[in-house]
Amino acid sequence: MNPLYAELQWLARAPERFSESLKAVGNSEIPLGLELRALAAPALDLNQLTKLAKAIVKAHTEGKSLDPLAPFRLAVLSNSTIDLVTPALVASAARHGIALEVIQPSYDQVAQEALTPDSQVNRSKPDAVLFALDYRALPLKLSLGDGETSAATVQGALGYLQALGNGIKANSNAVCIFQSFAPPPESLFGSLDRVLPGTLRSLIDNINHELAAYVLGSGDVLLDVAGLAETVGLADWHNPQLWNLGKFAFSDELIPLYGDHVARIVAALRGKSGKVLVLDLDNTVWGGVIGDDGLEGIKVAQGDARGEAHLAVQRLALDLRQRGIVLAVSSKNTDEVAREPFEKHPEMLLKLEHIAVFQANWNDKATNLQAIAEELSLGLDSLVFLDDNPVERGLVRKLLPQVAVPELPEDPAWYARTLAAGGYFEAVSFASEDLKRAGYYQDNARRANLQKQAGGVDAYLASLEMIITFQPFDATGRARIVQLINKSNQYNLTTRRYTDPEVAEAENDPAVFTLQVRLADIFGDNGMISVVICRPAQAGVWEVDTWLMSCRVLGRKVENMVLREILRHAREAGIRKLAGIYRPTDRNKLVVDHYAKLGFTKISEEDSGLTRWELSVEGAQPEVAPMKVVSQGSSAPREESLA
Amino acid sequence: MDDSQVFARLTEIFQDVFDEDDLQLTPELSAKDVDGWDSLAHIRLILTVEKAFKIKFSTSEIGKLENVGDLVTLIKARA
Repeated sequence: MNPLYAELQWLARAPERFSESLKAVGNSEIPLGLELRALAAPALDLNQLTKLAKAIVKAHTEGKSLDPLAPFRLAVLSNSTIDLVTPALVASAARHGIALEVIQPSYDQVAQEALTPDSQVNRSKPDAVLFALDYRALPLKLSLGDGETSAATVQGALGYLQALGNGIKANSNAVCIFQSFAPPPESLFGSLDRVLPGTLRSLIDNINHELAAYVLGSGDVLLDVAGLAETVGLADWHNPQLWNLGKFAFSDELIPLYGDHVARIVAALRGKSGKVLVLDLDNTVWGGVIGDDGLEGIKVAQGDARGEAHLAVQRLALDLRQRGIVLAVSSKNTDEVAREPFEKHPEMLLKLEHIAVFQANWNDKATNLQAIAEELSLGLDSLVFLDDNPVERGLVRKLLPQVAVPELPEDPAWYARTLAAGGYFEAVSFASEDLKRAGYYQDNARRANLQKQAGGVDAYLASLEMIITFQPFDATGRARIVQLINKSNQYNLTTRRYTDPEVAEAENDPAVFTLQVRLADIFGDNGMISVVICRPAQAGVWEVDTWLMSCRVLGRKVENMVLREILRHAREAGIRKLAGIYRPTDRNKLVVDHYAKLGFTKISEEDSGLTRWELSVEGAQPEVAPMKVVSQGSSAPREESLA
Repeated sequence: MDDSQVFARLTEIFQDVFDEDDLQLTPELSAKDVDGWDSLAHIRLILTVEKAFKIKFSTSEIGKLENVGDLVTLIKARA
């Protein structure tokens, strides 16, 4: 089975303690509806969906409020056994903000329930009726090579479905959700099955075609099971053993996927589909980091495999915009630097005029997403946030659970497909107004003012279980040290470039203090993310020759921990003062206040913007971050936990 | 896998499928002894066991299962 679909890989993985968390529900100040939605958010297997559905049904029966989930009553009529499927519908609906109640009459009573005015289904006044029929429900007879009879068979099948729909409409205002039909993978002739009229394959093809035409503009809805089955593969969709065992229409392994697709339709009917796609930039919309790699270095060119992957994301974003989805940007970058590729890179498909709100700053993304939602006057639950960085995804999921955040694989080649597979923008209708919607927001890439800060960032950082490792320069780290020294542009105080032999010189000079810094967290090892070189200036003074950091770990107080480590060594070496320099370039405006924020005192400023700073070693106490610290190297290795 | 390992894993599976934390297994345990062990739960149980042990049962094997003991025998023959 293709795991992207079978395991719903755009969703986070279910937590280990799912059952325990489910049992604990209803005992906090968080509304029950939100607790249940949070439990439904990750990918759940059939047993987990079943348990969650049981809890939701229990809440219904006990008359408990499931606000803010929107209530929806769905009747399901099927010619197959759907008892394993209905719990998946209920649980998946919670994921999409719906409190679903399923009306399920006894097995294979489709026509009776639809056509009898006082049937259980008609009396229950459902909001929608799902005709979960598979091809075996249709009055189909093979008429090999006979065009006329085949056409009549197709019309007969349509007539049957329409009669069912009319039966429901005569007795309630329910929306009718029809399913297209997945043909079995077996063919009678082979390729000729698609060519010759009257084969099962060609009959089903034609029925699906006519059904789609019937649904268009009718107010009814189509659940494209044929498309879904094609996507995962007809051979995986159909399971003859399960049909024989208990009349199960499709593989149990695809029940979670099917449940999510039905839930998307119901959510779309209630207006709960995504309306805005918020894009991260670095390594999402282009390969590489614009602040470090510059226009020439980012990967967004045709003919470059990595570039093509990111262009596919841009193309998908543009196509979504064309159908009415609004595009926004949330990036950790200086605004001018982030805008450069949109304005100047010849291969970029996305331009600033396509972006309604452009948030590029150094603030956390949760605060920025809130600002974007407010600027567009839309709820947070309309936002879908695409970011390659699992730390950013985790932060937004934690602080803004209403925002949809697809999980992304390592390889950008699969980003566009994964975003599309998530079905965040499901729609059940399309009008010409939708084409213009993106324009209504006057895409002038405006910046939204950050209003209140999103709370909880510190607690989230503490939950990352960060481990920071300090070592002096050594031969093993040298290649990476040289790389960082030569390619870091943004978080770089002096932008001094050194060759490999020059770095080796610093490594071997006992008077020079060097640091290579690594950071790991629950998402993995970020590798080396900061480099420091301190050289003796006057007696008792260390001058910070080089201080650079990867922007990937901004906002985590790594620089505070680095200062702490420098101070520790400075004290041991009898140093009384640290002297810092900020040498401005057109790329490092980000660090103009680096020394001020660390408690240094400004000593002087030149016309060029170069500033000098000082810090007394004695009494200096930098703010600490909740990390475990590992110091290795010349003096005895030590570990301490500040978490 | 030996008997006790299979039993331990099966116990976890039964507890998960039937949502009963204290369910204990014996070789004689069968559908009549457990609340909610109807034909649908039986299918769900078989499917879960197949996935957990990475095995597939044939239609006739599934039809012949009478109790937990039979299930254990079948798993050991396959796994």
